[in-house]
Amino acid sequence: MLTALFFYLFAGLAVISAIMVIGAKNPVHAVLFLILAFFNVAGLFLLLGAEFLALVLLIVYVGAVAVLFLFVVMMLDVDFAELKSGFLSYLPVGLIVGGILLAEIIMAAGAWVLNPALSKLEKNTAINANITNTEAFGRVLYTDHLYYFEAAGLLLLVAMIGAIILTLRSREGVKRQDIAKQVGRRPADSIEVVKVETGQGI
Amino acid sequence: MEIGLSHYLSVAAILFTLGVIGIFLNRKNVIIILMSIELMLLAVNINLVAFSAFLDNLQGQIFALMILTVAAGEAAIGLAIVVTYFRNRGSIAVEDINMMKG
Repeated sequence: MLTALFFYLFAGLAVISAIMVIGAKNPVHAVLFLILAFFNVAGLFLLLGAEFLALVLLIVYVGAVAVLFLFVVMMLDVDFAELKSGFLSYLPVGLIVGGILLAEIIMAAGAWVLNPALSKLEKNTAINANITNTEAFGRVLYTDHLYYFEAAGLLLLVAMIGAIILTLRSREGVKRQDIAKQVGRRPADSIEVVKVETGQGI
Repeated sequence: MEIGLSHYLSVAAILFTLGVIGIFLNRKNVIIILMSIELMLLAVNINLVAFSAFLDNLQGQIFALMILTVAAGEAAIGLAIVVTYFRNRGSIAVEDINMMKG
């Protein structure tokens, strides 16, 4: 009973905040509603028993991705009201496409039944109730799926390097210390001995 | 009332549809489009975790972690492109992004 209550609470709030994300006038509000949606989906994950993923979702999405969005929205000096124009003219086609998509998903999922033999398959990744979710997750992730884990790390490295390369720029006219230039300096390059005649300038 | 797999799938379907509608409604604003894509990836994550729980198989949660990784990388790269583009053109409107048009 309590589970159902919390499910409807989290699901309802997630859907409402998703609507606000796509409908908010101010993009800062949209980002904040996106954070609220992530929190509620993390609650759904907790109800499903995926505690590790729920907290990772909070750390990765709320702690990194949403804050990144917030920084970019606040950093760019864009007239968001102008970008919002045409919202109402796109509304009918958007609702039609969305409605068709939702109907198709519901029809596909409604006609589909779970093969009862599927849950009885012999597998070494079954959820073990005797150990915590995090421990079970680690036991599967670092054994059977080690290569996927490594590939995910590599992907994040490539994304990090790409983001740095895209946003790094060398400004003109900034005076910085160039150690190689300083060390490579020789007396012959910088000092000139001039014989000055008495009573005359150079 | 028992909360079953179909309940979670319905929530995920609604969230995914809202993401698609968000792309249609905000087709001028790249940042909101990126946020809509994040919503769609979130919906897929709900599907995977729900199947993982109801099929008693941890592999779904592993897949969800991989999607999380891809979503984080995609957001970082996408926002970096937006920032670079804004520096060059002073605008992030989608219809202005046609510099690579032949």
